[in-house]
Amino acid sequence: MNNCAIEVHNLTTTYGGAPVLWDIDFELPAGQIIGIIGPNGSGKTTLLKTIMGLLEPSSGYVKIFDQDLEKMRERIAYVPQRESVDWDFPATVEDVVMMGRYRKANLFRRSNRTDLAVVAESIEKVGLTPFKKRQIAQLSGGQQQRVFIARALAQKADVYLMDEPFVGVDAATENAILSLLEEMKAQGKTVLIIHHDLQTVSDYFDYLVLLNTRLIAKGTPQEVLTKENLSNAYGGQLTLLAKVANLIKENEFPIREKDMDL
Amino acid sequence: MNEFWIILTASIVAINAALLGCFLLLRKMSMVGDAISHAVLPGIVVAYYLSGDKTSILLLIGATLTGVLTSYLITFLSKKARIQGDASIGITYTLLFAVGMIMISTWLKGNVDIDMECVLYGDVALINLDKIIIDGNLYIGPRAFYVEIIAFAIIIVSLLWGYKGFKILSFNEDYAQSLGIRTGRWHYFLMTLVSLTTVVAFEVVGAILVVGFLIVPPATAQLLTNRLPFMLIVAALVGIVSAIGGYYLAVWLNVSITAAMIVVSGLIFSLAFIYVRFRERLGNKSVTEHLPI
Ligand SMILES: Nc1ncnc2c1ncn2[C@@H]1O[C@H](COP(=O)(O)OP(=O)(O)OP(=O)(O)O)[C@@H](O)[C@H]1O
Ligand SMILES: [Mg+2]
Repeated sequence: MNNCAIEVHNLTTTYGGAPVLWDIDFELPAGQIIGIIGPNGSGKTTLLKTIMGLLEPSSGYVKIFDQDLEKMRERIAYVPQRESVDWDFPATVEDVVMMGRYRKANLFRRSNRTDLAVVAESIEKVGLTPFKKRQIAQLSGGQQQRVFIARALAQKADVYLMDEPFVGVDAATENAILSLLEEMKAQGKTVLIIHHDLQTVSDYFDYLVLLNTRLIAKGTPQEVLTKENLSNAYGGQLTLLAKVANLIKENEFPIREKDMDL
Repeated sequence: MNEFWIILTASIVAINAALLGCFLLLRKMSMVGDAISHAVLPGIVVAYYLSGDKTSILLLIGATLTGVLTSYLITFLSKKARIQGDASIGITYTLLFAVGMIMISTWLKGNVDIDMECVLYGDVALINLDKIIIDGNLYIGPRAFYVEIIAFAIIIVSLLWGYKGFKILSFNEDYAQSLGIRTGRWHYFLMTLVSLTTVVAFEVVGAILVVGFLIVPPATAQLLTNRLPFMLIVAALVGIVSAIGGYYLAVWLNVSITAAMIVVSGLIFSLAFIYVRFRERLGNKSVTEHLPI
């Protein structure tokens, strides 16, 4: 792949016991919206954390734009799962988004005017300007999710890794986040998203990675969303999945309609 | 005059503990503070044994390092040996504390300066026995006061200097690491400050009740504030008020000063809790109005 944003090579990760990721190998194209799908416990979060260097792989490596992660920290932003933090933390929306401007090098300096401007702009982009002074505990789940996205936007990165940004958000917010993603894509950014709703994957993503400890399939939604791949990933357990696969086939992958302006 | 120095010294103990306790509380690590405050005992004993002085620099450094070692062992047991978090805390600190007890009862038998009583309960009323007198007769306060002031200065400078680091470590450690921030170093930096706080506080308030100063004022402050700087300030204020109120309560009832201070901080916490509940009941429940973007 000549325009590769993330290269994952023979990656194996464990939490001490049996591998949670086993020999994962793929390259992800830059400038696209990429989905990671797979059943609960299939290692999606683990994959994101390993890519971000939060977990040490037991073998294999990750390259970002053909470089080591440490050199690329400035260009890659992480949106953790919303439940991974305590939202009772005494901070406002602005305080949290400002964390997107923190760097190893500026930790001992006060935030400057650029930081403030970037933070305001990022909050505006996710539509939280009226809430910027509000404590984060007093936000709805969807608003909290947008705080996390704003914080990543404030990093001004090129690659964004998001862990289930659509969980617990209503349709309006989901659409708003989607148009934000499209905007980012238009600016050449790469966005990698863990996603759960199989009904929407072919609409949302240009490229898919299907995971269940091992890599089951990768490629365009057409290539990945076959009955065979899905049952390999999810097992025979869900007849629903077969239905989804059929549904997708019948509709022959309708192109997402871009007329849902909000 | 004695009264003045006791209240002042206890207030600084309370401020030091309150400030660091806020970060422990936000990181859900308050019990690590408890563990450290007990586990520094062998460090104190060894250093005292070697230096023969209760307030030597060697003692402070030795005991502080024991505290840091404690936090390292706790992390090691829970991460590497995969032992449940609270169990690793229990294993580590009871073991170290027991070793310290044995050391005291063998090496320091009959010692007037350090015994179990003093280690466990401290005695703020006695700090005036160890005075600093300059120019032959000018009394400038108890030694413990100066030790606390130095610790206070170290803590204030560290918190001001590392505020952003401690804040992001407390809110979202994974995210901080994803930014390339060395969260491990920040963690041990915080643990060093916590150890220092408990070590210098032990002769004033004892190993057991210092935990109260680490936890109760920050918990009260968290109820009442919604930004970190305010939380730190309110926690420190609650600590000061507990120290002053506790002193007079103790004098009035003729009971242990430290215990009275913790009781007062508990009362303040209860009042804050009732106030917050009351306000919630009365106030606007729908703080999170929905706003489509
Ligand atoms: N900290 C941990 N220690 C030990 N095992 C873990 C830890 N975190 C996750 N696991 C295990 O690793 C496996 C993969 O977890 P992971 O969180 O990556 O799954 P996921 O695909 O993100 O699941 P979900 O869809 O539920 O978010 C699971 O079996 C889980 O039990
Ligand atoms: Mg997950």
